[in-house]
Amino acid sequence: MSPLMMLFLIIVFATTGYFTARKRAIVMAGGDSRKLASLPGFYGQNAAYAALIPGFAVFLAGSILTRISLQNGMFGLWADLITRFPGLVPLLAVLASAAALGHAVLRTRPDFRARVAAETWVLSLLIAAASIAILTTVAIVFSMLFETVNFFGQYSWTEFLFGTTWAPDFRGNSALGILPLLWGTLYISFVALLFAVPVGLFAAIYLSEYAGPKLRAVAKPMIEILAGIPTIVYGLFALITVGPMIRDWLAQPLGLGSSGSSVLTAGLVMGVMLIPFVSSLSDDIINAVPQAMRDGSLGLGATKSETIRQVVIPAALPGIVGAVLLATSRAIGETMIVVLGAGAAAARLNQGLGEMVNPFEAMTTVTVKIVSQLTGDTDFAAPETLVAFALGLTLFTMTLGLNVLALMIVRKYREQYE
Amino acid sequence: MNTSPRKSSLLEQDARTKRRNAAEARFKAYGLAAIAIGVLALIILITSILGNGLSAFRQTEIMLTVELPEAKLDKSGTRDIEVMKKVTTLTYGPILAKGLKDVIAENGIEIEGLTAKDAGALISKEASAQLRDRVLADPSLVGQTVQITVLASGRIDGYYKGRVSLASAELDSNVTPAQLLLADALKEKGLLVTKLNPAFLTAPDASDQRPEAAGLGVAILGSAYMMIVVLVLALPIGVAASIYLEEFAPKNRWTDLIEVNISNLAAVPSIVFGILGLAIFINFGGLRASAPIVGGLVLTLMTLPTIIISTRAALKSVPPSIRDAALGVGASKMQSVFHHVLPLAAPGILTGTIIGLAQALGETAPLLLIGMVAFVREYPAAYTSADGLFGEPSTALPVQVYNWTQRADPAFFERASGAIIVLLVFLLIMNAVAIVLRRRFERRW
Repeated sequence: MSPLMMLFLIIVFATTGYFTARKRAIVMAGGDSRKLASLPGFYGQNAAYAALIPGFAVFLAGSILTRISLQNGMFGLWADLITRFPGLVPLLAVLASAAALGHAVLRTRPDFRARVAAETWVLSLLIAAASIAILTTVAIVFSMLFETVNFFGQYSWTEFLFGTTWAPDFRGNSALGILPLLWGTLYISFVALLFAVPVGLFAAIYLSEYAGPKLRAVAKPMIEILAGIPTIVYGLFALITVGPMIRDWLAQPLGLGSSGSSVLTAGLVMGVMLIPFVSSLSDDIINAVPQAMRDGSLGLGATKSETIRQVVIPAALPGIVGAVLLATSRAIGETMIVVLGAGAAAARLNQGLGEMVNPFEAMTTVTVKIVSQLTGDTDFAAPETLVAFALGLTLFTMTLGLNVLALMIVRKYREQYE
Repeated sequence: MNTSPRKSSLLEQDARTKRRNAAEARFKAYGLAAIAIGVLALIILITSILGNGLSAFRQTEIMLTVELPEAKLDKSGTRDIEVMKKVTTLTYGPILAKGLKDVIAENGIEIEGLTAKDAGALISKEASAQLRDRVLADPSLVGQTVQITVLASGRIDGYYKGRVSLASAELDSNVTPAQLLLADALKEKGLLVTKLNPAFLTAPDASDQRPEAAGLGVAILGSAYMMIVVLVLALPIGVAASIYLEEFAPKNRWTDLIEVNISNLAAVPSIVFGILGLAIFINFGGLRASAPIVGGLVLTLMTLPTIIISTRAALKSVPPSIRDAALGVGASKMQSVFHHVLPLAAPGILTGTIIGLAQALGETAPLLLIGMVAFVREYPAAYTSADGLFGEPSTALPVQVYNWTQRADPAFFERASGAIIVLLVFLLIMNAVAIVLRRRFERRW
């Protein structure tokens, strides 16, 4: 049986089921719908859901099972069955649909509480939708975990984690140490935060404590527009405007480098991207500090800035730390700005400190290398490709840790003043 | 030892007060400076993009009068399309070159050091395909003399957009100063014009060598397909999940886990979703790389947390008295939600969805990993029996920008900035719609 045929049959079942069950309920009540426990439509709805939901659920589960067994050679019995009867899954789905429909129609009696039954079906759909969030996380972890295990089968994990050179070579003999990439990632994120945190924080302080309604109405949306601009736009900005500017005005006159893409380029542009992120989160947090604390400080004769520095900021500090952590996780995971602005050459850790910390040097990050190892013609058996999954898992773990920590801090802080 | 109390008056500030007031003024100035930096960054960003990209919407074209000799284009003389299709663009090239030569001779233009080959190179390599398409669309043109407007080559176009100058042409192996002088002479006669270029929005991408012909048609179509997939999947799933979490979920470990998960997913780097798409949908699910359906699925998973978070906020803002009233007249919990709470929360949900879609439209990194960087010249069909729904290879707007930045010819930077402008216009429209919706329908209880 083909899937299209199955779709057609299940829909036919659902429509006929709706009218049959509805009719049956009315007939059993002797034509008097007041004798029914629920409105007649609910009997129909219950039957229709019974035809639709189990049918599609069986089809989905069967298809996934088939995919797994054919791809990984698991569940050999099932694979045999499927190759012998290709239409088995849709057939099973139609059978499940018919069985559930039959059950629903037979259950239709005047004292059957069809509204409760129909709503249980709907609730099951709602639960399924909510579980997709969990499924996504599980899928993310598993998709990377499998290939990472494959990768560590071909490449020693100690060399990956502690190797100081990154030199992939598709002919073999690659050096795939993650440290140069981590260094690049952290260095660029550091530059970005160095720019974004003071600017974002001061902007938030000014907007929430000093600015009049007019300035607020103009400045706040303008800064928030920065958050809505896609990262590719920032990347292009880094590539064609900021990069050449820094090269021509700073790096070359100072004799520190001659490359258009550099740590400073990517860091600065990423900093601009992070400003609204830091400022809007800090704004919320500063606003949550109770007014009584400010009034107390002002009443003792402190100036406004003294109040902010010595009362508001310390009170808001945990929240601000949370915001900075979230911004850090953003910076570490950012891809397009570094792909276009930071360059593709991995940091050379064994060339001395001077080159390592030169902000005018091109440097690459974990995310850039994930992109470069996974685009183009890829061979999913080679360690040079599989390393991208290990890099992805590292990235995911780092950002997950930061996010969980930040969320915990922010949540705890919010409760403090509520 | 000076133990007498500090003297101060309201009229005359003492040193300490001055210092404190100065610190206050400094602090305030820092704040203003921070806002100024933010606003300035936005202004520089926008002007840089506009300055680089607006010229992509204009294109230099040459008007030619060419003869279409039957002997070359349709030897059989039957005007049979199938036969005429065998004539490649290689045959059309010399026809155009001859047309240009005639024009030069007719107008008495003489440029020192200009070879016939150089003159021919004024015309874009895409032009012969343009002419061929035109002839195939209307075979009766063969044997006639027709007026045709063709694209000028990328460097000539750049000359009128300030990218190329006579001095830079000396050093450039792709263009000679003589060609630029010829272009100027043609422009004086009104045969070479720079005008509005609608093809930038409709034409497919072009190869490395012909930036003048590259357009956004396929990318816009691909992005539109993906947005359809995202809308169709993310909206119902997101709303259903939010309804469950906000209205039905009991407070227990499982729902706590879901909540933490959702706020976490919202902060997972987008490239991780790309790895997920590659591993699950392409390697495991067997879907085709660079297909809009895969892109749409990946973006759906990315957008879901955004939609869920804003939908929950919208549901939360509906006051409990509405639910209580519905329950009071005998509605079930489900009925109270679907008949009363959901319609009242709809504007908020819609606003959140549009903002989520806007975010998805600009997302690039995950699409790179699922192969959307491929060079695609064919418009993808919405449905084919071989590839299914939205299964044909395509590109997307932001990825097209990335693609163009990777090419050598600087003319592609202009194209990339132009594509950014198109992207930003779409985003602007979407956000404006969201704001209008919020303004018009938002209710304060």
